[in-house]
Amino acid sequence: MSNALIAEQVLNGLQSGVVLFLMAAGLTLVFGVMGLINLAHGSLFMVGAFAAAATAAATGSFLLGLVAALAAAAAAGALMEVVILRRLYQRDHLDQVLATFALILVFSEGVRWTFGSFPLFLDVPEALSGTLVLPGGIAYSRYRLTLIAIGLLVALGLYLLVAHTRLGVRVRAGEDDREMIAALGVNIDRLYTAVFAIGAALAGLAGALVGAIQSVQVGMGEPVLILAFVVIVIGGIGSIRGAFIGALLVGLTDTLGRLFLPELFALFMDGPAAASAGSALASMSIYLLMVAVLVVRPSGLFGSRT
Amino acid sequence: MNPRTATWAAALAMAVTASAVSSATAEPLKVGMITTLSGGGAGLGIDVRDGFLLAIEQSGNTDIEVVIEDDQRKPEIAVQLADKMIQSEKVDVLTGIIFSNLAMAVVPSATAQGTFYLSPNAGPSALAGRGCHADYFNVAWQNDALHEAAGAHASAEGFANSFILAPNYPAGKDALTGYQRLFEGQITDEVYTQLGQTDYAAELARIRASDADSVFFFLPGGMGISFLKQYADSGIELPLIGPAFSFDQGILQAVGKAALGVRNTSQWNKDLDNPTNAAFVSSFEAAYGRLPSLYASQGFDTANLLLSAMAAADVSDRDAFRSALKAADFSSTRGDFAFGSNQHPVQDIYVREVVQEGEVFTNTTLGVALSEHGDVYAADCSL
Repeated sequence: MSNALIAEQVLNGLQSGVVLFLMAAGLTLVFGVMGLINLAHGSLFMVGAFAAAATAAATGSFLLGLVAALAAAAAAGALMEVVILRRLYQRDHLDQVLATFALILVFSEGVRWTFGSFPLFLDVPEALSGTLVLPGGIAYSRYRLTLIAIGLLVALGLYLLVAHTRLGVRVRAGEDDREMIAALGVNIDRLYTAVFAIGAALAGLAGALVGAIQSVQVGMGEPVLILAFVVIVIGGIGSIRGAFIGALLVGLTDTLGRLFLPELFALFMDGPAAASAGSALASMSIYLLMVAVLVVRPSGLFGSRT
Repeated sequence: MNPRTATWAAALAMAVTASAVSSATAEPLKVGMITTLSGGGAGLGIDVRDGFLLAIEQSGNTDIEVVIEDDQRKPEIAVQLADKMIQSEKVDVLTGIIFSNLAMAVVPSATAQGTFYLSPNAGPSALAGRGCHADYFNVAWQNDALHEAAGAHASAEGFANSFILAPNYPAGKDALTGYQRLFEGQITDEVYTQLGQTDYAAELARIRASDADSVFFFLPGGMGISFLKQYADSGIELPLIGPAFSFDQGILQAVGKAALGVRNTSQWNKDLDNPTNAAFVSSFEAAYGRLPSLYASQGFDTANLLLSAMAAADVSDRDAFRSALKAADFSSTRGDFAFGSNQHPVQDIYVREVVQEGEVFTNTTLGVALSEHGDVYAADCSL
């Protein structure tokens, strides 16, 4: 196994990690600040992808598609928050799960009703297609490098938002003590809608970016949502730093697991059986990681120690 | 007896006589279609359904009633729907299942309960060999067939080292087994991906690092779309070959240029030269506003097989109906159609290439990869 292969897989792990981060950041903010479990976060991912595909098909511009994805997902998120989720903050987590699960079904059928059941076409823009030769001789997909760059930029932006802006101060205060900031005169309703819309926009962005290299189809958000939950459990609920580290860990474990585990099994099993067993264990690897982290740190890596 | 009992007795007698009289006239044949109409595999189920219903409508036959349900690609839901259709709707014939794992869950118990099953798609090897049943007919292909044709074609083209990948489920395993059966070269890597996996970066890196001269893959539906897009973007120049399941009409529109030039194997293409096919393609396009895929042709052929059996025998005479089904006396979109001893088709498998015709991406037939091809599992079938 060459160094180039391992290096390429590390980059792949990073790329899949930053996409997960875009999803997990919104999810952890909402869970941390509002105490709301939102299963419909995956639907926002799907809405972003479909909005991007439809806009890119109509205008021919991928950039406009991205803008449309951000706008559509933020709007859908804000609407969801104002109409339904606002009533759930005081409720039990199970009620929230039930209600947001229903939202998944509503969004899926709504998207199918609007766009039909066949997958939509969304392509990588010409400027970003093809490969770039990196130092070391690895030819890596230009688009995936762009994804890594965008993910890191978003992480930086979120850090600046949370640490250095007034909105960020309120978000952090809201995570600590919701009633107190309401008593101090902060408009809780608008804060919550803003936080939700930001999280939704990030999910929509992730959907649009990923939709260009995957299939834009109904239900595309649910597998990513499950991974995002694994990420926030590993990283600690409410912590954006945790979401970032957790996402990179999950991305790297998944990708490197798929590379090394079949090889490991091939040491003492024959070809097809090793491939099958290695692939099966690789698909479990991130959940095993989650269990390992929880055993050592029950609230996640950066979660609050209560 | 007192007047009240007499009234009841008379009413009962009348009811019994009435039901005896009504059962003497033929009831419509009830067909239960359990297919995937939602989720990632929905395009396949919708095509099968549309092809099936088009044939029924064109026949003008009013003695047939079709009940359609969505299995959502979940085996447990498919099993529930099958039980409901057999036990409470009392269907005579079941059909529609797309995916092999659902077929394995439903077909054995359906045929054990005395219902005919006509498969318009899934053809797992388990049901073609030792698990074959007199009431189970496969109108599409046995799973290995298109993959065997790909292997034969790859060898004919002179490829010596193939990298092969498929998802980790029955049809995926059948795919790689089938390819290796007729491919005469070496396999550099045999990779099983997860069912529903969307990111193939890891697999692409392995392809790049291997010394393969060709790549064979079986990734139906959304999985294939993701893989093709990522492959085109990866800069890997190796020739791709696969079965038609990754290059059907629905997928091609979502993949676009990334699929151009790829060879794929299929038992059907829209340019097959026979009158049934020409009429089918134009009427499908007129009715539904899109070109048919191979799944649509399979649904169409399944319906026509059923109609031909209905014309020859009544479903209540199971032996006669079974023989009528086996005779397969109908005009297929593939030209002549015949079943082998295990009631799976014996047919030609073609090689196609993805081309662009105007705005539309579609396939053009290059030639025959395997002629009059059955399957190896027929030897294990006791029929």
